[in-house]
Amino acid sequence: MTSLDTRRGAADAAPRQSPPAKAATRGLRRRVGPVIPILPAAGLMAVFFVGPILWAVYVGFTNQGLTGLAALDPQWVWFDNFERLINDPDAHAAILRTVIFVVLVVAGQNVLGLALALLLQRRNRVMKSIASAAVVIAWVLPEIVVAMLWYAFLNTRDGTLNTILVSIGLPEQSWLIEQPMIAIVIASVWRGTAFSLLVYSAALEEVSPESIEAAQVDGANRIQQLFFVVLPTISRLILTNLLLTTLQTLGVFGLIYGMTGGGPGGQTQTLPLYMYEQAFRYNLIGYSSVVAIVLVLLGIVLSAAYLIAFRRGSK
Amino acid sequence: MTTSIASPKPTAHGLIANIALGVITVLFLLPLIWLVLASLDPGATLSLRAPEEVSLDNYVEIGTWQLTFRPMLNGLIISGSAALLVVVLAALAAYPLSRYSLRYGNHFLYTVLFLSALPVTAIMIPVYTMFVRLRLVDNFLGCVLFLAASSLPFAIWMMKNFMDGIPIEFEEAAWLDGASSLRSLRTIVLPLMTPGLAAVAFFQFILMWGNFFVPFILLLDPAKLPMAVTLYQFFGSFGVVNYGNLAAYAAVYSAPVIVLYFVVSRAFSGAFRLSGGAKG
Repeated sequence: MTSLDTRRGAADAAPRQSPPAKAATRGLRRRVGPVIPILPAAGLMAVFFVGPILWAVYVGFTNQGLTGLAALDPQWVWFDNFERLINDPDAHAAILRTVIFVVLVVAGQNVLGLALALLLQRRNRVMKSIASAAVVIAWVLPEIVVAMLWYAFLNTRDGTLNTILVSIGLPEQSWLIEQPMIAIVIASVWRGTAFSLLVYSAALEEVSPESIEAAQVDGANRIQQLFFVVLPTISRLILTNLLLTTLQTLGVFGLIYGMTGGGPGGQTQTLPLYMYEQAFRYNLIGYSSVVAIVLVLLGIVLSAAYLIAFRRGSK
Repeated sequence: MTTSIASPKPTAHGLIANIALGVITVLFLLPLIWLVLASLDPGATLSLRAPEEVSLDNYVEIGTWQLTFRPMLNGLIISGSAALLVVVLAALAAYPLSRYSLRYGNHFLYTVLFLSALPVTAIMIPVYTMFVRLRLVDNFLGCVLFLAASSLPFAIWMMKNFMDGIPIEFEEAAWLDGASSLRSLRTIVLPLMTPGLAAVAFFQFILMWGNFFVPFILLLDPAKLPMAVTLYQFFGSFGVVNYGNLAAYAAVYSAPVIVLYFVVSRAFSGAFRLSGGAKG
Protein backbone atom coordinates (compact mmCIF):
# COMPACT_ATOMS: atom_id res chain seq x y z
CA MET A 1 0.00 0.00 0.00
CA THR A 2 2.18 2.80 -1.18
CA SER A 3 -0.39 5.56 -1.24
CA LEU A 4 -1.10 5.46 2.48
CA ASP A 5 2.48 6.32 3.34
CA THR A 6 3.54 8.71 0.63
CA ARG A 7 2.05 11.77 2.32
CA ARG A 8 3.70 11.18 5.63
CA GLY A 9 5.37 14.32 6.86
CA ALA A 10 3.19 16.55 4.75
CA ALA A 11 1.96 18.37 7.85
CA ASP A 12 5.53 19.25 8.71
CA ALA A 13 5.82 21.02 5.41
CA ALA A 14 3.34 23.64 6.66
CA PRO A 15 4.92 26.94 7.71
CA ARG A 16 6.22 27.20 11.26
CA GLN A 17 6.56 30.90 11.87
CA SER A 18 4.18 31.33 14.79
CA PRO A 19 5.47 33.44 17.66
CA PRO A 20 6.20 31.50 20.87
CA ALA A 21 3.29 33.07 22.80
CA LYS A 22 0.73 31.48 20.55
CA ALA A 23 2.62 28.20 20.35
CA ALA A 24 0.26 26.35 22.69
CA THR A 25 -2.96 27.18 20.83
CA ARG A 26 -1.15 26.71 17.56
CA GLY A 27 -0.08 23.27 18.66
CA LEU A 28 -3.67 22.34 19.49
CA ARG A 29 -4.89 23.72 16.20
CA ARG A 30 -2.28 21.80 14.31
CA ARG A 31 -3.26 18.58 15.98
CA VAL A 32 -7.05 18.99 15.79
CA GLY A 33 -7.34 21.20 12.72
CA PRO A 34 -6.62 18.60 10.05
CA VAL A 35 -9.24 16.25 11.49
CA ILE A 36 -12.11 18.75 11.24
CA PRO A 37 -12.93 18.16 7.54
CA ILE A 38 -13.31 14.45 8.27
CA LEU A 39 -15.94 15.01 10.94
CA PRO A 40 -19.07 15.57 8.77
CA ALA A 41 -18.48 12.35 6.86
CA ALA A 42 -17.54 10.43 10.00
CA GLY A 43 -20.61 11.76 11.82
CA LEU A 44 -23.00 10.84 9.03
CA MET A 45 -21.56 7.32 8.80
CA ALA A 46 -21.67 6.90 12.57
CA VAL A 47 -25.32 7.93 12.88
CA PHE A 48 -26.84 6.39 9.76
CA PHE A 49 -24.61 3.41 9.06
CA VAL A 50 -23.01 2.20 12.29
CA GLY A 51 -26.02 3.45 14.28
CA PRO A 52 -28.53 1.05 12.67
CA ILE A 53 -26.19 -1.89 13.31
CA LEU A 54 -26.08 -1.10 17.04
CA TRP A 55 -29.82 -0.40 16.99
CA ALA A 56 -30.40 -3.86 15.45
CA VAL A 57 -28.56 -5.44 18.36
CA TYR A 58 -30.84 -3.61 20.81
CA VAL A 59 -34.05 -4.38 18.91
CA GLY A 60 -32.99 -8.01 18.59
CA PHE A 61 -33.45 -8.39 22.36
CA THR A 62 -37.00 -6.99 22.28
CA ASN A 63 -40.37 -8.15 20.94
CA GLN A 64 -40.62 -5.02 18.82
CA GLY A 65 -43.40 -5.20 16.24
CA LEU A 66 -44.49 -3.06 13.35
CA THR A 67 -47.99 -2.29 14.59
CA GLY A 68 -50.03 -2.61 17.77
CA LEU A 69 -48.75 -2.80 21.32
CA ALA A 70 -45.48 -4.45 20.29
CA ALA A 71 -44.70 -1.35 18.23
CA LEU A 72 -45.54 1.21 20.93
CA ASP A 73 -44.17 -0.54 23.97
CA PRO A 74 -41.67 -3.27 23.07
CA GLN A 75 -40.61 -5.54 25.92
CA TRP A 76 -37.11 -6.80 26.65
CA VAL A 77 -37.24 -10.53 25.88
CA TRP A 78 -33.58 -11.52 26.26
CA PHE A 79 -32.65 -14.31 23.89
CA ASP A 80 -36.14 -15.31 22.71
CA ASN A 81 -35.51 -14.13 19.18
CA PHE A 82 -32.16 -15.90 19.03
CA GLU A 83 -33.77 -19.11 20.30
CA ARG A 84 -36.45 -18.78 17.70
CA LEU A 85 -33.85 -18.49 14.96
CA ILE A 86 -32.02 -21.57 16.25
CA ASN A 87 -35.25 -23.59 16.33
CA ASP A 88 -36.94 -22.31 13.18
CA PRO A 89 -36.63 -24.75 10.24
CA ASP A 90 -37.67 -21.97 7.83
CA ALA A 91 -34.67 -19.92 8.94
CA HIS A 92 -32.34 -22.89 8.48
CA ALA A 93 -33.71 -23.43 4.99
CA ALA A 94 -33.19 -19.75 4.20
CA ILE A 95 -29.59 -19.91 5.42
CA LEU A 96 -28.95 -23.00 3.31
CA ARG A 97 -30.48 -21.34 0.24
CA THR A 98 -28.37 -18.25 0.83
CA VAL A 99 -25.20 -20.35 0.96
CA ILE A 100 -26.13 -22.22 -2.24
CA PHE A 101 -27.05 -19.00 -4.03
CA VAL A 102 -23.91 -17.15 -2.95
CA VAL A 103 -21.53 -20.02 -3.73
CA LEU A 104 -22.98 -20.62 -7.21
CA VAL A 105 -23.15 -16.94 -8.13
CA VAL A 106 -19.67 -16.11 -6.85
CA ALA A 107 -18.14 -19.13 -8.56
CA GLY A 108 -20.03 -18.41 -11.78
CA GLN A 109 -19.24 -14.74 -12.06
CA ASN A 110 -15.58 -15.11 -11.06
CA VAL A 111 -14.91 -17.95 -13.50
CA LEU A 112 -16.78 -16.20 -16.30
CA GLY A 113 -15.23 -12.82 -15.48
CA LEU A 114 -11.70 -14.24 -15.40
CA ALA A 115 -12.28 -16.27 -18.57
CA LEU A 116 -13.58 -13.20 -20.36
CA ALA A 117 -10.67 -11.09 -19.14
CA LEU A 118 -8.23 -13.72 -20.47
CA LEU A 119 -10.10 -14.01 -23.77
CA LEU A 120 -10.17 -10.23 -24.19
CA GLN A 121 -6.40 -9.94 -23.86
CA ARG A 122 -4.73 -9.44 -27.22
CA ARG A 123 -8.00 -9.22 -29.15
CA ASN A 124 -8.43 -6.37 -31.56
CA ARG A 125 -9.95 -3.16 -30.32
CA VAL A 126 -13.37 -3.53 -31.97
CA MET A 127 -13.91 -7.01 -30.60
CA LYS A 128 -12.78 -5.83 -27.19
CA SER A 129 -15.12 -2.87 -26.97
CA ILE A 130 -18.19 -4.72 -28.30
CA ALA A 131 -17.76 -7.68 -25.95
CA SER A 132 -17.01 -5.61 -22.86
CA ALA A 133 -19.88 -3.20 -23.61
CA ALA A 134 -22.32 -6.13 -23.80
CA VAL A 135 -21.13 -7.45 -20.46
CA VAL A 136 -20.96 -4.06 -18.78
CA ILE A 137 -24.49 -3.03 -19.79
CA ALA A 138 -25.78 -6.00 -17.79
CA TRP A 139 -24.02 -4.60 -14.75
CA VAL A 140 -25.02 -0.95 -15.20
CA LEU A 141 -28.73 -1.73 -15.58
CA PRO A 142 -30.80 -1.14 -12.42
CA GLU A 143 -31.39 -4.41 -10.61
CA ILE A 144 -35.16 -4.24 -10.89
CA VAL A 145 -34.82 -3.91 -14.68
CA VAL A 146 -32.60 -6.99 -14.63
CA ALA A 147 -35.27 -8.84 -12.65
CA MET A 148 -37.90 -7.85 -15.19
CA LEU A 149 -35.70 -8.77 -18.18
CA TRP A 150 -34.99 -12.23 -16.83
CA TYR A 151 -38.59 -12.79 -15.86
CA ALA A 152 -39.53 -12.04 -19.47
CA PHE A 153 -36.57 -13.97 -20.91
CA LEU A 154 -37.27 -17.16 -18.97
CA ASN A 155 -41.05 -16.92 -19.10
CA THR A 156 -42.53 -20.37 -19.46
CA ARG A 157 -45.29 -19.63 -21.91
CA ASP A 158 -43.54 -17.74 -24.66
CA GLY A 159 -40.41 -16.05 -23.30
CA THR A 160 -37.41 -15.33 -25.51
CA LEU A 161 -35.45 -18.40 -24.39
CA ASN A 162 -38.30 -20.77 -25.18
CA THR A 163 -38.86 -19.11 -28.55
CA ILE A 164 -35.20 -19.76 -29.35
CA LEU A 165 -35.18 -23.30 -27.93
CA VAL A 166 -38.23 -24.30 -29.94
CA SER A 167 -36.88 -22.75 -33.13
CA ILE A 168 -33.75 -24.93 -32.95
CA GLY A 169 -35.74 -28.02 -32.03
CA LEU A 170 -34.99 -28.21 -28.31
CA PRO A 171 -37.55 -28.81 -25.55
CA GLU A 172 -38.94 -25.77 -23.71
CA GLN A 173 -37.72 -24.87 -20.22
CA SER A 174 -39.74 -23.67 -17.25
CA TRP A 175 -36.95 -22.81 -14.83
CA LEU A 176 -38.86 -20.01 -13.14
CA ILE A 177 -41.26 -22.64 -11.83
CA GLU A 178 -39.29 -25.88 -11.74
CA GLN A 179 -35.72 -24.64 -11.12
CA PRO A 180 -36.15 -21.16 -9.65
CA MET A 181 -32.77 -21.28 -7.88
CA ILE A 182 -31.04 -21.89 -11.24
CA ALA A 183 -33.01 -18.99 -12.70
CA ILE A 184 -31.95 -16.45 -10.06
CA VAL A 185 -28.35 -17.72 -10.11
CA ILE A 186 -28.09 -17.27 -13.89
CA ALA A 187 -29.62 -13.79 -13.73
CA SER A 188 -27.28 -12.83 -10.90
CA VAL A 189 -24.20 -14.14 -12.71
CA TRP A 190 -25.30 -12.26 -15.83
CA ARG A 191 -25.45 -9.07 -13.81
CA GLY A 192 -22.29 -9.58 -11.74
CA THR A 193 -19.82 -10.83 -14.35
CA ALA A 194 -18.84 -7.32 -15.46
CA PHE A 195 -17.53 -6.45 -12.00
CA SER A 196 -15.19 -9.45 -11.98
CA LEU A 197 -14.25 -8.84 -15.60
CA LEU A 198 -13.20 -5.25 -14.87
CA VAL A 199 -11.23 -6.25 -11.78
CA TYR A 200 -9.46 -9.11 -13.55
CA SER A 201 -8.75 -7.10 -16.68
CA ALA A 202 -6.99 -4.51 -14.53
CA ALA A 203 -5.13 -7.32 -12.73
CA LEU A 204 -3.92 -8.97 -15.92
CA GLU A 205 -2.36 -5.72 -17.05
CA GLU A 206 0.01 -6.05 -14.10
CA VAL A 207 1.33 -9.44 -15.15
CA SER A 208 4.70 -8.70 -16.68
CA PRO A 209 5.16 -9.81 -20.30
CA GLU A 210 8.73 -10.83 -19.42
CA SER A 211 7.60 -13.59 -17.06
CA ILE A 212 5.31 -14.97 -19.76
CA GLU A 213 8.07 -14.81 -22.35
CA ALA A 214 10.40 -16.58 -19.94
CA ALA A 215 7.83 -19.34 -19.56
CA GLN A 216 7.51 -19.57 -23.33
CA VAL A 217 11.27 -19.91 -23.67
CA ASP A 218 11.07 -22.77 -21.17
CA GLY A 219 8.55 -24.41 -23.49
CA ALA A 220 5.38 -23.88 -21.47
CA ASN A 221 2.20 -24.06 -23.49
CA ARG A 222 -0.67 -21.64 -22.98
CA ILE A 223 -2.43 -23.70 -20.36
CA GLN A 224 0.81 -24.09 -18.40
CA GLN A 225 1.50 -20.36 -18.71
CA LEU A 226 -1.95 -19.67 -17.29
CA PHE A 227 -1.64 -22.00 -14.31
CA PHE A 228 2.04 -21.51 -13.46
CA VAL A 229 2.61 -17.86 -14.32
CA VAL A 230 -0.56 -15.80 -14.71
CA LEU A 231 -2.84 -17.18 -11.98
CA PRO A 232 -0.15 -17.29 -9.24
CA THR A 233 0.72 -13.66 -10.03
CA ILE A 234 -2.85 -12.46 -9.52
CA SER A 235 -3.80 -14.99 -6.83
CA ARG A 236 -4.13 -12.39 -4.05
CA LEU A 237 -6.42 -10.36 -6.24
CA ILE A 238 -8.54 -13.39 -6.97
CA LEU A 239 -8.90 -13.87 -3.22
CA THR A 240 -9.93 -10.25 -2.55
CA ASN A 241 -12.37 -10.34 -5.46
CA LEU A 242 -13.89 -13.61 -4.25
CA LEU A 243 -14.51 -12.03 -0.85
CA LEU A 244 -15.84 -8.80 -2.31
CA THR A 245 -18.26 -10.54 -4.68
CA THR A 246 -19.37 -12.83 -1.85
CA LEU A 247 -20.26 -9.78 0.23
CA GLN A 248 -22.10 -8.20 -2.70
CA THR A 249 -24.04 -11.39 -3.41
CA LEU A 250 -24.96 -11.87 0.23
CA GLY A 251 -26.98 -8.65 0.06
CA VAL A 252 -28.90 -9.33 -3.16
CA PHE A 253 -32.56 -8.49 -2.61
CA GLY A 254 -34.21 -6.62 -5.50
CA LEU A 255 -33.15 -9.06 -8.20
CA ILE A 256 -34.64 -12.09 -6.42
CA TYR A 257 -37.64 -10.21 -5.07
CA GLY A 258 -38.46 -8.87 -8.53
CA MET A 259 -37.94 -12.18 -10.37
CA THR A 260 -39.60 -14.69 -8.06
CA GLY A 261 -40.66 -12.86 -4.90
CA GLY A 262 -38.89 -15.65 -3.01
CA GLY A 263 -41.12 -18.32 -4.50
CA PRO A 264 -42.49 -20.49 -5.78
CA GLY A 265 -43.12 -22.08 -2.41
CA GLY A 266 -40.23 -20.20 -0.81
CA GLN A 267 -37.65 -21.98 -2.96
CA THR A 268 -35.70 -18.80 -3.64
CA GLN A 269 -36.18 -17.16 -0.26
CA THR A 270 -32.65 -16.20 0.79
CA LEU A 271 -31.89 -14.52 4.12
CA PRO A 272 -32.55 -10.93 3.00
CA LEU A 273 -36.00 -11.95 1.67
CA TYR A 274 -36.68 -14.02 4.78
CA MET A 275 -35.78 -11.02 6.92
CA TYR A 276 -38.07 -8.77 4.91
CA GLU A 277 -40.97 -11.21 5.14
CA GLN A 278 -40.62 -11.67 8.91
CA ALA A 279 -40.66 -7.90 9.39
CA PHE A 280 -43.35 -6.72 7.02
CA ARG A 281 -45.57 -9.73 6.62
CA TYR A 282 -45.44 -11.28 10.09
CA ASN A 283 -44.86 -8.05 11.98
CA LEU A 284 -41.82 -9.49 13.82
CA ILE A 285 -39.34 -6.63 13.87
CA GLY A 286 -37.41 -7.99 16.85
CA TYR A 287 -36.96 -11.37 15.22
CA SER A 288 -36.04 -9.94 11.83
CA SER A 289 -33.43 -7.77 13.58
CA VAL A 290 -31.80 -10.99 14.77
CA VAL A 291 -31.76 -12.19 11.17
CA ALA A 292 -30.16 -8.85 10.30
CA ILE A 293 -27.54 -9.40 13.01
CA VAL A 294 -26.71 -12.82 11.54
CA LEU A 295 -26.30 -11.24 8.09
CA VAL A 296 -24.18 -8.42 9.49
CA LEU A 297 -22.01 -10.85 11.46
CA LEU A 298 -21.46 -12.90 8.30
CA GLY A 299 -20.62 -9.65 6.56
CA ILE A 300 -18.23 -8.58 9.33
CA VAL A 301 -16.31 -11.87 9.22
CA LEU A 302 -16.05 -11.81 5.42
CA SER A 303 -15.24 -8.12 5.36
CA ALA A 304 -12.49 -8.55 7.94
CA ALA A 305 -11.06 -11.35 5.82
CA TYR A 306 -11.26 -9.04 2.81
CA LEU A 307 -9.40 -6.32 4.71
CA ILE A 308 -6.63 -8.70 5.74
CA ALA A 309 -6.31 -10.08 2.22
CA PHE A 310 -6.29 -6.55 0.82
CA ARG A 311 -3.54 -5.37 3.19
CA ARG A 312 -1.39 -8.44 2.51
CA GLY A 313 -1.90 -8.05 -1.22
CA SER A 314 -0.87 -4.42 -1.26
CA LYS A 315 2.30 -4.72 0.80
CA MET B 1 11.92 -18.66 -31.61
CA THR B 2 9.43 -16.88 -29.38
CA THR B 3 6.34 -15.20 -30.65
CA SER B 4 5.95 -11.59 -29.64
CA ILE B 5 3.17 -10.82 -27.16
CA ALA B 6 2.25 -7.58 -28.84
CA SER B 7 1.57 -8.97 -32.30
CA PRO B 8 0.52 -12.59 -32.23
CA LYS B 9 0.25 -14.28 -35.55
CA PRO B 10 -3.30 -15.22 -36.53
CA THR B 11 -3.52 -18.70 -35.07
CA ALA B 12 -6.17 -21.28 -34.32
CA HIS B 13 -6.03 -19.97 -30.75
CA GLY B 14 -7.03 -16.52 -31.91
CA LEU B 15 -9.88 -17.86 -33.99
CA ILE B 16 -11.24 -19.98 -31.15
CA ALA B 17 -10.95 -17.05 -28.75
CA ASN B 18 -12.84 -14.78 -31.13
CA ILE B 19 -15.61 -17.32 -31.64
CA ALA B 20 -15.93 -17.90 -27.89
CA LEU B 21 -16.09 -14.16 -27.29
CA GLY B 22 -18.67 -13.73 -30.02
CA VAL B 23 -20.88 -16.43 -28.51
CA ILE B 24 -20.61 -14.97 -25.00
CA THR B 25 -21.38 -11.48 -26.32
CA VAL B 26 -24.53 -12.72 -28.06
CA LEU B 27 -25.60 -14.64 -24.96
CA PHE B 28 -25.19 -11.50 -22.86
CA LEU B 29 -27.24 -9.44 -25.28
CA LEU B 30 -30.09 -11.95 -25.67
CA PRO B 31 -32.16 -10.88 -22.64
CA LEU B 32 -31.98 -7.27 -23.86
CA ILE B 33 -33.41 -7.96 -27.31
CA TRP B 34 -36.95 -8.43 -26.03
CA LEU B 35 -36.81 -5.12 -24.17
CA VAL B 36 -35.80 -3.18 -27.29
CA LEU B 37 -38.25 -4.90 -29.65
CA ALA B 38 -41.21 -4.85 -27.27
CA SER B 39 -40.74 -1.17 -26.45
CA LEU B 40 -41.13 -0.36 -30.18
CA ASP B 41 -44.05 -2.74 -30.67
CA PRO B 42 -47.55 -1.45 -29.75
CA GLY B 43 -48.88 -5.03 -29.72
CA ALA B 44 -46.00 -6.52 -27.73
CA THR B 45 -46.36 -9.67 -25.65
CA LEU B 46 -43.80 -11.52 -23.54
CA SER B 47 -42.66 -13.47 -26.60
CA LEU B 48 -39.84 -12.50 -28.86
CA ARG B 49 -41.10 -11.17 -32.18
CA ALA B 50 -40.33 -8.46 -34.65
CA PRO B 51 -42.89 -5.62 -34.40
CA GLU B 52 -45.44 -5.61 -37.20
CA GLU B 53 -45.01 -1.87 -37.29
CA VAL B 54 -42.21 -0.06 -35.51
CA SER B 55 -43.61 2.87 -33.57
CA LEU B 56 -42.89 5.05 -30.58
CA ASP B 57 -46.49 4.75 -29.34
CA ASN B 58 -45.38 2.98 -26.16
CA TYR B 59 -43.07 5.83 -25.26
CA VAL B 60 -45.77 8.39 -25.94
CA GLU B 61 -48.36 6.50 -23.91
CA ILE B 62 -46.23 6.33 -20.75
CA GLY B 63 -45.39 10.02 -20.97
CA THR B 64 -47.59 11.21 -18.11
CA TRP B 65 -46.73 13.12 -14.95
CA GLN B 66 -47.97 10.48 -12.53
CA LEU B 67 -46.58 7.43 -14.27
CA THR B 68 -43.21 8.63 -15.51
CA PHE B 69 -42.21 12.24 -14.97
CA ARG B 70 -42.92 12.49 -11.24
CA PRO B 71 -41.08 9.26 -10.35
CA MET B 72 -38.22 10.35 -12.60
CA LEU B 73 -38.03 13.71 -10.86
CA ASN B 74 -38.18 11.99 -7.45
CA GLY B 75 -35.32 9.72 -8.47
CA LEU B 76 -33.31 12.70 -9.69
CA ILE B 77 -33.89 14.59 -6.44
CA ILE B 78 -33.01 11.61 -4.23
CA SER B 79 -30.04 10.25 -6.19
CA GLY B 80 -28.80 13.67 -7.27
CA SER B 81 -28.74 15.25 -3.83
CA ALA B 82 -27.36 12.12 -2.16
CA ALA B 83 -24.58 11.84 -4.77
CA LEU B 84 -23.79 15.55 -4.35
CA LEU B 85 -23.68 15.23 -0.57
CA VAL B 86 -21.42 12.20 -0.85
CA VAL B 87 -18.97 13.95 -3.17
CA VAL B 88 -18.72 17.03 -0.95
CA LEU B 89 -18.26 15.08 2.29
CA ALA B 90 -15.92 12.55 0.70
CA ALA B 91 -13.72 15.28 -0.77
CA LEU B 92 -13.50 17.04 2.61
CA ALA B 93 -12.67 13.81 4.41
CA ALA B 94 -10.20 12.61 1.79
CA TYR B 95 -8.12 15.78 1.87
CA PRO B 96 -6.51 15.45 5.31
CA LEU B 97 -6.31 11.68 4.86
CA SER B 98 -4.35 12.20 1.68
CA ARG B 99 -2.23 15.20 2.74
CA TYR B 100 -1.39 14.87 6.42
CA SER B 101 0.01 12.08 8.50
CA LEU B 102 -2.79 11.72 11.03
CA ARG B 103 -2.27 9.59 14.10
CA TYR B 104 -5.31 7.39 13.37
CA GLY B 105 -5.46 8.09 9.65
CA ASN B 106 -4.71 4.53 8.57
CA HIS B 107 -7.10 3.09 11.14
CA PHE B 108 -9.83 5.36 9.83
CA LEU B 109 -9.09 4.41 6.23
CA TYR B 110 -9.20 0.70 6.94
CA THR B 111 -12.42 1.11 8.92
CA VAL B 112 -13.87 2.91 5.91
CA LEU B 113 -12.77 0.12 3.58
CA PHE B 114 -14.25 -2.43 5.97
CA LEU B 115 -17.58 -0.58 6.06
CA SER B 116 -17.63 -0.25 2.28
CA ALA B 117 -17.71 -4.03 1.96
CA LEU B 118 -20.58 -4.66 4.41
CA PRO B 119 -23.90 -5.63 2.78
CA VAL B 120 -26.21 -2.64 3.24
CA THR B 121 -29.27 -4.83 2.63
CA ALA B 122 -28.72 -6.50 5.98
CA ILE B 123 -29.42 -3.35 7.96
CA MET B 124 -32.49 -2.09 6.11
CA ILE B 125 -35.03 -3.38 8.64
CA PRO B 126 -33.15 -1.84 11.60
CA VAL B 127 -32.85 1.38 9.60
CA TYR B 128 -36.60 1.35 9.03
CA THR B 129 -37.42 0.95 12.75
CA MET B 130 -34.81 3.54 13.67
CA PHE B 131 -36.32 5.95 11.14
CA VAL B 132 -39.79 5.32 12.57
CA ARG B 133 -38.49 6.62 15.90
CA LEU B 134 -36.68 9.54 14.27
CA ARG B 135 -39.75 10.34 12.13
CA LEU B 136 -37.66 10.02 8.98
CA VAL B 137 -39.78 7.38 7.24
CA ASP B 138 -41.48 8.54 4.04
CA ASN B 139 -39.18 11.52 3.97
CA PHE B 140 -36.78 12.49 1.17
CA LEU B 141 -34.26 13.78 3.68
CA GLY B 142 -34.12 10.46 5.54
CA CYS B 143 -33.72 8.55 2.30
CA VAL B 144 -30.96 10.89 1.10
CA LEU B 145 -29.09 10.80 4.41
CA PHE B 146 -29.12 7.02 4.56
CA LEU B 147 -28.09 6.61 0.91
CA ALA B 148 -25.27 9.08 1.48
CA ALA B 149 -24.09 7.46 4.72
CA SER B 150 -24.03 3.99 3.21
CA SER B 151 -22.20 5.18 0.09
CA LEU B 152 -19.62 7.34 1.86
CA PRO B 153 -17.16 4.57 2.79
CA PHE B 154 -16.44 3.57 -0.78
CA ALA B 155 -16.59 7.18 -1.99
CA ILE B 156 -13.99 8.30 0.56
CA TRP B 157 -11.74 5.44 -0.48
CA MET B 158 -12.10 6.29 -4.19
CA MET B 159 -11.65 9.99 -3.54
CA LYS B 160 -8.51 9.56 -1.47
CA ASN B 161 -6.90 7.45 -4.15
CA PHE B 162 -7.69 10.05 -6.81
CA MET B 163 -6.32 12.76 -4.52
CA ASP B 164 -3.09 10.87 -3.90
CA GLY B 165 -2.49 11.17 -7.62
CA ILE B 166 -2.29 14.99 -7.41
CA PRO B 167 1.28 16.22 -6.72
CA ILE B 168 1.64 18.06 -3.42
CA GLU B 169 4.14 20.68 -4.63
CA PHE B 170 1.49 23.19 -5.73
CA GLU B 171 -0.06 23.24 -2.29
CA GLU B 172 3.27 23.58 -0.53
CA ALA B 173 3.76 26.82 -2.38
CA ALA B 174 0.28 27.96 -1.36
CA TRP B 175 0.89 27.00 2.27
CA LEU B 176 4.03 29.07 2.34
CA ASP B 177 1.93 31.98 1.10
CA GLY B 178 -0.36 31.41 4.09
CA ALA B 179 -3.31 29.69 2.40
CA SER B 180 -5.45 27.54 4.68
CA SER B 181 -5.81 23.86 3.91
CA LEU B 182 -9.48 24.24 2.97
CA ARG B 183 -8.56 27.02 0.60
CA SER B 184 -5.84 25.01 -1.08
CA LEU B 185 -8.27 22.10 -1.36
CA ARG B 186 -10.79 24.31 -3.12
CA THR B 187 -8.50 26.35 -5.32
CA ILE B 188 -5.72 23.88 -6.13
CA VAL B 189 -6.61 20.23 -5.52
CA LEU B 190 -10.25 20.03 -6.62
CA PRO B 191 -9.74 21.80 -9.98
CA LEU B 192 -6.88 19.38 -10.72
CA MET B 193 -8.97 16.32 -9.95
CA THR B 194 -12.16 17.20 -11.84
CA PRO B 195 -12.17 13.83 -13.65
CA GLY B 196 -11.90 12.04 -10.32
CA LEU B 197 -14.69 14.10 -8.79
CA ALA B 198 -16.91 13.41 -11.79
CA ALA B 199 -16.13 9.71 -11.59
CA VAL B 200 -17.09 9.51 -7.91
CA ALA B 201 -20.24 11.59 -8.46
CA PHE B 202 -21.50 9.65 -11.47
CA PHE B 203 -20.55 6.31 -10.00
CA GLN B 204 -22.56 7.07 -6.88
CA PHE B 205 -25.45 8.46 -8.92
CA ILE B 206 -25.64 5.29 -11.03
CA LEU B 207 -25.68 3.09 -7.93
CA MET B 208 -28.35 5.19 -6.22
CA TRP B 209 -30.52 5.53 -9.33
CA GLY B 210 -30.57 1.75 -9.60
CA ASN B 211 -31.11 1.16 -5.88
CA PHE B 212 -34.44 -0.50 -5.22
CA PHE B 213 -34.42 -1.70 -1.62
CA VAL B 214 -33.69 1.62 0.11
CA PRO B 215 -36.59 3.68 -1.37
CA PHE B 216 -38.80 0.57 -1.32
CA ILE B 217 -38.39 0.37 2.46
CA LEU B 218 -38.04 4.02 3.44
CA LEU B 219 -40.65 5.71 1.21
CA LEU B 220 -44.40 5.01 1.33
CA ASP B 221 -46.29 7.85 -0.34
CA PRO B 222 -46.83 7.00 -4.07
CA ALA B 223 -46.13 10.65 -4.88
CA LYS B 224 -42.59 10.32 -3.46
CA LEU B 225 -41.52 7.05 -5.08
CA PRO B 226 -38.64 7.01 -7.59
CA MET B 227 -38.74 4.98 -10.83
CA ALA B 228 -36.96 2.03 -9.23
CA VAL B 229 -40.06 1.34 -7.12
CA THR B 230 -42.71 2.42 -9.61
CA LEU B 231 -41.21 0.09 -12.24
CA TYR B 232 -41.48 -2.75 -9.74
CA GLN B 233 -45.12 -1.89 -9.07
CA PHE B 234 -45.72 -1.57 -12.81
CA PHE B 235 -44.38 -5.01 -13.61
CA GLY B 236 -45.74 -6.49 -10.42
CA SER B 237 -49.03 -6.30 -12.29
CA PHE B 238 -47.70 -8.65 -14.98
CA GLY B 239 -50.52 -10.29 -16.86
CA VAL B 240 -52.76 -7.25 -16.81
CA VAL B 241 -50.12 -4.92 -18.00
CA ASN B 242 -49.40 -3.63 -21.49
CA TYR B 243 -45.99 -5.20 -22.18
CA GLY B 244 -45.03 -2.64 -24.76
CA ASN B 245 -45.57 0.15 -22.24
CA LEU B 246 -43.68 -1.79 -19.59
CA ALA B 247 -40.68 -2.32 -21.87
CA ALA B 248 -40.66 1.36 -22.84
CA TYR B 249 -40.83 2.32 -19.16
CA ALA B 250 -37.86 0.10 -18.30
CA ALA B 251 -35.92 1.54 -21.24
CA VAL B 252 -36.62 5.12 -20.14
CA TYR B 253 -35.57 4.26 -16.58
CA SER B 254 -32.35 2.56 -17.70
CA ALA B 255 -31.24 5.00 -20.38
CA PRO B 256 -29.73 7.70 -18.11
CA VAL B 257 -27.36 5.34 -16.28
CA ILE B 258 -26.25 3.57 -19.46
CA VAL B 259 -25.45 6.89 -21.11
CA LEU B 260 -23.72 8.19 -17.97
CA TYR B 261 -21.66 5.05 -17.68
CA PHE B 262 -20.29 5.20 -21.18
CA VAL B 263 -19.56 8.91 -20.81
CA VAL B 264 -17.37 8.39 -17.76
CA SER B 265 -16.23 4.78 -18.21
CA ARG B 266 -12.65 5.85 -18.79
CA ALA B 267 -12.42 7.39 -15.37
CA PHE B 268 -14.07 4.29 -13.92
CA SER B 269 -11.39 1.88 -15.00
CA GLY B 270 -9.19 3.69 -12.48
CA ALA B 271 -11.74 2.96 -9.78
CA PHE B 272 -11.64 -0.70 -10.61
CA ARG B 273 -7.97 -0.94 -10.09
CA LEU B 274 -8.67 0.25 -6.55
CA SER B 275 -11.75 -1.70 -5.63
CA GLY B 276 -10.08 -4.98 -6.41
CA GLY B 277 -7.05 -3.98 -4.43
CA ALA B 278 -4.62 -4.02 -7.35
CA LYS B 279 -3.03 -0.69 -6.68
CA GLY B 280 -1.18 0.71 -9.65
